[in-house]
Amino acid sequence: MSRLSTSICIGLVLVGVGLMAILNLSTAAGAPLHVPTYAISLVGKYLSYAILALAVDLVWGYGGILSLGHAAFFALGGYAMGMYLLREIGPRGVYGNALLPDFMVFLNYKALPWYWNGFNHPAFAMAMAVIVPALVALIFGYFAFRSRVSGVYLSIITQALTYALLLAFFRNDMGFGGNNGMTDFKDIFGLPLQADSTRVGLLVATAIALCLCLLVARYVVTSRFGQVLIAVRDSESRTRFLGYRPESYKLFVFVLSAIMAGIGGALYVPQVGIINPGEFSPANSIEAVIWVAVGGRGTLVGAVLGAVLVNAGKTFFTGAFPEFWLFALGFLFILVTLLLPKGVLGLLQKKTGGRV
Amino acid sequence: MTTIGAVSDSLLYLNGVSVSFDGFRAINDLSLVLAPGEMRAVIGPNGAGKTTMMDIITGKTRPDTGEVIFRADTDLTKLDEPAIAALGIGRKFQKPTVFEVHNVWDNLLLALAGDRRPRFTMWARETGEERDRIDEILATIRLSDLRHTRSGDLSHGQKQWLEIGMLLAQEPQLLLVDEPVAGMTDSETAQTAELLVEINKTRSVVVVEHDMDFVRALGVRVTVLHEGSVLSEGSIDHVSEDPRVVEVYLGR
Repeated sequence: MSRLSTSICIGLVLVGVGLMAILNLSTAAGAPLHVPTYAISLVGKYLSYAILALAVDLVWGYGGILSLGHAAFFALGGYAMGMYLLREIGPRGVYGNALLPDFMVFLNYKALPWYWNGFNHPAFAMAMAVIVPALVALIFGYFAFRSRVSGVYLSIITQALTYALLLAFFRNDMGFGGNNGMTDFKDIFGLPLQADSTRVGLLVATAIALCLCLLVARYVVTSRFGQVLIAVRDSESRTRFLGYRPESYKLFVFVLSAIMAGIGGALYVPQVGIINPGEFSPANSIEAVIWVAVGGRGTLVGAVLGAVLVNAGKTFFTGAFPEFWLFALGFLFILVTLLLPKGVLGLLQKKTGGRV
Repeated sequence: MTTIGAVSDSLLYLNGVSVSFDGFRAINDLSLVLAPGEMRAVIGPNGAGKTTMMDIITGKTRPDTGEVIFRADTDLTKLDEPAIAALGIGRKFQKPTVFEVHNVWDNLLLALAGDRRPRFTMWARETGEERDRIDEILATIRLSDLRHTRSGDLSHGQKQWLEIGMLLAQEPQLLLVDEPVAGMTDSETAQTAELLVEINKTRSVVVVEHDMDFVRALGVRVTVLHEGSVLSEGSIDHVSEDPRVVEVYLGR
């Protein structure tokens, strides 16, 4: 039954995005079926969030690791992309410095910090967008899982992790643009970011990345590895007496999940046009957990559904009643926890007699 | 490591083991020798240290002092739980702990002896050999008809058997079984005794139990624990006539 829901989800994402792409590029602005470019980027943003939600569901839904710091991996991927996009600007910045991004000129940097080397190469930057989150997750997870930190304590230190990164990235002397972050991007891979075709291309790339992440996650959770992981989630000490090392299972899935979050972040930044330390804010990570809870924890497809639904709701609310959004989100979380323990997907499965 | 006479031909050798929790001596100078192929029943009142003894053997708790030696050459106090499980010591808990969301078949599959590392399980495919072995175990534990049942939906007694089946699937040399018949009906208790006797034909077993009729049905050597050390040891008739045992069990 989850195979069917995965197929439906992938089909909907690809067909929906394909239609949007065609309707944006082949119809003139003002035509009856025209999809405006802002909608393209908006959906692209939702789908990047869906990748983050998938990453959260993988560790929380299947590994029982309630990470309240997953947006940190998303933001790290986003920063790697942002660094590339800034260097891609080259001499076209406000200060016309071919080597230094505008904020460095403004802050009186004389030379490029060493860790900015290589980010002018897109392939290097893309690799860093997954390697850096993976490394942070590896180091953090190694110590946390080896010391058998779990449950609420783990959740608290993941919050601390993202908060520490938030504070660090706020500092100007970290060399990542301080509280302004990075923005005013011009090109990606030599293509103008403002062009409709580039926007559509990014949306399509995000949709494909989401589907691939979904397939990988599905393979992992249905493999024997996934069965052990679920066993660890439900009864960790029992798996230990069976001879499994839960810490290596958790570490593996945590790193894989951080990689997915990094990919989501890297796709998010060019579509929203900015990355700043606010992305590390603990509230962002908590919001991602709410998407998963709303969609249906431990279902993968539910995470995608939840991310899109809640963010579409957020777009509507922040436009119509901006001051009520946080109340609506809180109310939604309480409602789902009380009435829909298996989320929206669980409700759909019940309505269709368990077929999807 | 010293090799005193008893170590060399023992499967499990505990000598002078003590452990305290916050000043409370849960195990106090405990010594116990289990011969290869033996089944031993361990009885004792609540708080006698039965479960703590199991924790020490399986690596969950480290003793403060004393020797814990497996197969005459392996010091268990230096190893952690997965390493000890891999050596061939399986443990069944007091409360049945099966993986509730998995079905009976998958529970046994996860317990089957084999490579436990993520890099193996990530790509593992069920083999014919594994299927045969699981079928065999299902027959032994009398759950063949329930192979596709979610294990959380099994009755209490069936869960206990499934857990014993999972122990068998690990192919351990030594099974530690903690209160296997707690909460079972009389007929389930009798079947469990048969099952353990059957298992003991190929493996060594330590059974911790309160139920005296069950221990009598096993017909094996009995060790009585009291306040963390051995109070009496011998046949069930011998220990039940031991005045110290009578005093502990019946009160003074």
